[in-house]
Formats: sequence, structure tokens, C-alpha cells
Amino acid sequence: MPAEGKTIENADLLKAFQERIDRDEKIEPKDWMPDAYRQTLIRQISQHAHSEVIGMLPEGNWIPRAPSLRRKAALIAKVQDEAGHGLYLYSAAETLGIDRETLYQQLLAGKAKYSSIFNYPTLTWADIGAVGWLVDGAAIMNQVMLTRTSYGPYARAMVRICKEESFHQRQGYEILLTLVRGSEEQKAMAQDALDRWWWPSLMMFGPNDAESVHSAQSMAWRIKRKSNDELRQQFVDATVPQAEVLGLQIPDADLKWNEDRGHYDFGEIDWNEFWSVVHGNGPCNRERMAAYQDAHANGAWVREAAMAYAEKRQMRKNETTGKIDLQVA
Amino acid sequence: MQSSLSPNHALFEFALFMGDNGLICGHRLSEWTGHGPALEQDIAITNISLDLIGQATSWLNLAGEVEGKGRSADDLAYFRSDRQYRNFLLTEQPNGDWAMTIVRQFLFDCFHFEMLQALLNSQDERVVAIAAKSIKEVVYHLRYNSEWMIRLGDGTVESHRRMQRALKEQWRFLGELYEDQELDQVLAESGISVLPSSLKQAAFSRMRGVLKEATLKEPAAVTDFKGSGRKGIHSEHLGHLLAVMQSVQRAYPGQEW
Amino acid sequence: MKNNWPIWEVFIRSKNGLSHKHVGSLHAADAEMAIENARDVYTRRSEGISIWVVESKNITASSPADAAALFEPAADKIYRHPTFYILPDEVKHM
Repeated sequence: MPAEGKTIENADLLKAFQERIDRDEKIEPKDWMPDAYRQTLIRQISQHAHSEVIGMLPEGNWIPRAPSLRRKAALIAKVQDEAGHGLYLYSAAETLGIDRETLYQQLLAGKAKYSSIFNYPTLTWADIGAVGWLVDGAAIMNQVMLTRTSYGPYARAMVRICKEESFHQRQGYEILLTLVRGSEEQKAMAQDALDRWWWPSLMMFGPNDAESVHSAQSMAWRIKRKSNDELRQQFVDATVPQAEVLGLQIPDADLKWNEDRGHYDFGEIDWNEFWSVVHGNGPCNRERMAAYQDAHANGAWVREAAMAYAEKRQMRKNETTGKIDLQVA
Repeated sequence: MQSSLSPNHALFEFALFMGDNGLICGHRLSEWTGHGPALEQDIAITNISLDLIGQATSWLNLAGEVEGKGRSADDLAYFRSDRQYRNFLLTEQPNGDWAMTIVRQFLFDCFHFEMLQALLNSQDERVVAIAAKSIKEVVYHLRYNSEWMIRLGDGTVESHRRMQRALKEQWRFLGELYEDQELDQVLAESGISVLPSSLKQAAFSRMRGVLKEATLKEPAAVTDFKGSGRKGIHSEHLGHLLAVMQSVQRAYPGQEW
Repeated sequence: MKNNWPIWEVFIRSKNGLSHKHVGSLHAADAEMAIENARDVYTRRSEGISIWVVESKNITASSPADAAALFEPAADKIYRHPTFYILPDEVKHM
């Protein structure tokens, strides 16, 4: 079976697999698949799952300070959804023969990554608006594409996620809309948040296509169906008019409509910043990992006790029914 | 005893009391978001948090309506000091570990369930409406927290020890839950609510049933504990909680958010 | 330390009259917890009125390798489908 050892591969199997992909057939957990396809999916889905879970932290930072009961409930519900999305994605990864605990351990050991955006701090209430609008907005571009990904369980998780996500971006945008209609201080708060979150949001789509190591193969396998740069452009095109409605200034002097291309041109991303955050030197990398580690470690006794109790109860049931449970070793 | 409290003012105070309990519990539970012992439990505990915040909003809206000074639920939540909050000391205690949280919520649920049950017969239909909506949610809270009481009490040596410690730590706050105030006499006489003391037997019998199944020992009763959240004499924890919760509203008063 | 909860598959009936449908999976220590977790994870937006959970290891699945033998023989039994039978146009609704 999958997780142990290498799958037997030969040219015929690989060819048949690629033909299935090219016919747009979905691949399901027990189907034959090349080991590299399986590993690519595990890497990508788990990275996606980790991002959802780590992503709870910067927004969770403002749950206690949400400035009205309505905002508080909406934010809790949103961050709770992220936990759900993490759960759906870990489940999808588990169908590939790896368990959630192993995936956790890979992240804790620094072998797995999560989206770098979550290494930036949420400093004001307006940041919650900006995260919902920009970060969720960028994520949606990616996620809508992934509802058509070739691996069945991943695609199904994405369909559910996209359905739930639909309120997230609106929630963020509405926060900013309220701020820009408010006092001068509130407007300044909104602009400041856009200034800080714009570039990191563009970085969410990953390196330029020419630099992207995994892209070509992922496209051939139809795990991804659009390139990093295509998605980034799609995001910029969708977001600029939304910023105009808010009356906020996108912090990019090179941003302008290109009539010939039918798209917005925009400035160069600071790739040095991108890589330094990826490599662990963003403002909050350590804090995020520490919080994740703590939650996992502090929960260990709870998870263990729940298992111990479940086993006790099963044994008692068996005693009363006279059944012998041979699995209790 | 002739009380100087009008039934209307008593209802105002009562709605604050119910609302504040929900809000403070809901706030505390929301602090678990992203830090739960498993993703599934993270989601479960925030569901309870959302139920309680929703209930609090209804109660505080009612309080504002009864008061008749145009204060909204948000005004009441964000612009009262800890001396004006009416929640039980129990509800404001820090989350601590998962055992501390489960025990706190379970002790509160036992009160909350009995109270809501009684409020279904209130003479005030607004109270009945909130109670009827809330009780379905609270039946689930009680079930969820009871199961965790049993699971952890009868789990491992370590979990049993933590649960017993949490129980001992929080048992002292129980007295206040079933103690009648002057306010309660007025509410009982006008048929709005009942005397909390009348809920005690049913609540304790439920609690004891769960403790027994959880193999946990009932701590000795603490009858002379000082402090009453209902009178606005809180622990030091509430001030910090409110300082955080109200910070944005207090820093920029009078704005829309 | 033994603290990994097993995986459960979750099936939800969205309303009376419809079958339970597989919606996903989750982790839980026992069946009772699995039901509650399913309620909290998969019905937050009123998606269901009834839940089934089954521990994943108790599901027996057919193998994709057997698909040809299991399913292809049905393909040419066209007489099982109404369109196989030719009726005059005058006969409606049959």
C-alpha cells in the first residue's frame, strides 16, 4: 500500500495514468498513481492545511478585541471555518496514506511549510478587514481553481471550502467599508492596513512562473490548472476596482491599466522579502510555530485521556455482552 | 419584605445578569480559537462560544429595551466597567487547561439549564422567547461538557488529577449561583423569574450524577466565600478581560465599526 | 504516548426523504464523540438533520483493479433500460 515503500511504476502505467488525467478523469484514493503524484499532493495539500490552521492565529489575535458583538461573532465564525478547512484538507491528505499526526510533526520539524502571509502581524482592527479582503481574496483565486484539481478528495474538500469561504471576503471588505466611511482616524487605519498587506498578498501566489520549481509538473497532472502569475494577475485585476470603491490607494506607483493587455500592470515584488519570510525571518514566524507547538503539546494529555476512556468503555461493553476484544493488546 | 426595586428595574438587572454570563463565558471560550487540543474540539468549543454570545446579545438588547434610555447591546457590552457587570465570578475565571475550562462550563451549564427551563414559564413573553431559543443550545452544551467531564475524570491518571484539581479550584464559586438576592424576590413575585435557590436541588443532583460517573470526588462545600459577581464585586480577572474586550471602542468612542 | 484518535467517515441526511450522503471524515476517540464532532464540523450551516458515523477501518471497499470485472458487464445489458423498447408514438407516458 501507498505510504510504505515505492509504488511499482512502468511506462505503460504512467502513460495510462497521464491519459486519464488528460481526459479530465478524477483520480480517487485507491486508484493507481505515480509515487511522485502522491508525494506532490501530500506536500501541497498538507501545506494548504497547515496554512488554514496557522492562519487562525493572526485573526484569532483580534477575536477578544472585536469592537462589536456582531463583529465578534462573525470573526469567531470565520476563524472557526478556517479550523474546519484545515480539518477537511488534513482529511484529504490522509486518503493518500499519511496520518494527521505525521503531517503535524512535519510542520513542527520545519519539513513542511505554510503560507508566508501568516507570518505578518495583525496590528489594528483594520488589519482584520484587510486580511479578509486581500488574503482571503487571494486564497479564493487559488481555491476556485482547485475545485477542478485532478485528485477527487482534494477537489471535493475545495468545493466545500469555497462554499464556506464566500462570506469571508465580504466580512473583511465590509469592515473596511465601515472604516472608510468613518472618522479620519478610521480611514487612516484602513489605508495603513492596505499599505502593509498589499505586497504580502501578491506574494501569496508564489514565485514567478519562471522560478517556480513545482509548477510545470503540477500543471501536467492538473493538480494546478493555472500558473502563479496568471492567478496573481487575476487577483490584481479583481482587486483594484474594489480598492477604488473603498477610496483607498494601492501602494504601487507602477500600477496602471494596460489597454493592450486588457490587464493591470503592476510593480516588481520584493523577492528578497518573500524569501526571507519563507526562510523563517518574517515578523512572526517563531511566534506562529510556538503557538502551534503549544496547542499540540498542551492537548496531548486530553487526546490521550479520551482514547483511554474510549478503550475502557469498549471493554466494559464487551464484558457485559460477553464478547472478547482481541484487539486490546 | 417590601422591596424598593421596581419590577421593571429588576428585569433590567436580570437581563444584564443573564447577558453578562453569556458574554463572559462566550468570550472566554473564544480564547480557545486556534489553541484547542484537536481541531475537532477547537470547532466544538467555538460553536458553544457563538451560542453564548448570541444569547448574550438577545439578553443585552432586552436590557436596553427595558431600561428605555436607548442603549444597545453593544453600548452595554462595551461601555460598562467591571463594577457594573453582573456575571458570576465562575464565568470570568481564566481558561487554564482544558480541564479547567470543561469544569467551569459544566458547573455553569448545570445552573444555566435549570434557569432557562424555569424561564420558559416566565410571565414576560420576551423572556420566554429568549429562553426557548437558548435552551436547545444549552441542552447541547450540557451534554458536551458532561461527556468531557466523564471522559477526563475516568480517562488517565493524569487527566483525573487535572479534573480533580479544576473541580477543587472552582467549587468555591458555586455558592453564588444558587443564592437569592433581593432582586430575585421581586422577580419571583412578579413571575418574571424564579428564586435561584429553587434550582439548586435539581442542578446538584445532575452534577453529582456526572461526578459519580466521572469517578470524581465532590469537594467540600465552601459556604463563606466572599465576593459576588451579581453585585459587581468581581475577581481581578474581569477587569483585564474587559480592558481587552473594550479596548477599540474605548479608544475611539462614538464610531461605527 | 497513545493519543491518536481514529478516523471516522461521516454521512449526513440533509432532509427527510433523502439518503445519508458521505460528506467527509474526522477524528474522534469514540462513536459518541464522532457524532458530536460531525455535528460541530459538518452541520454548522444547517446541512443536516441526521448523522451516521462509521470508523473508517470498518469500511470494505471494492478494489479499482476489479472495476472491469465488477462493473463493465453491466454496460451491454441495454435491455435493462427503458429506451431499449420501441413503442409507437401514440403510447405516451410509459
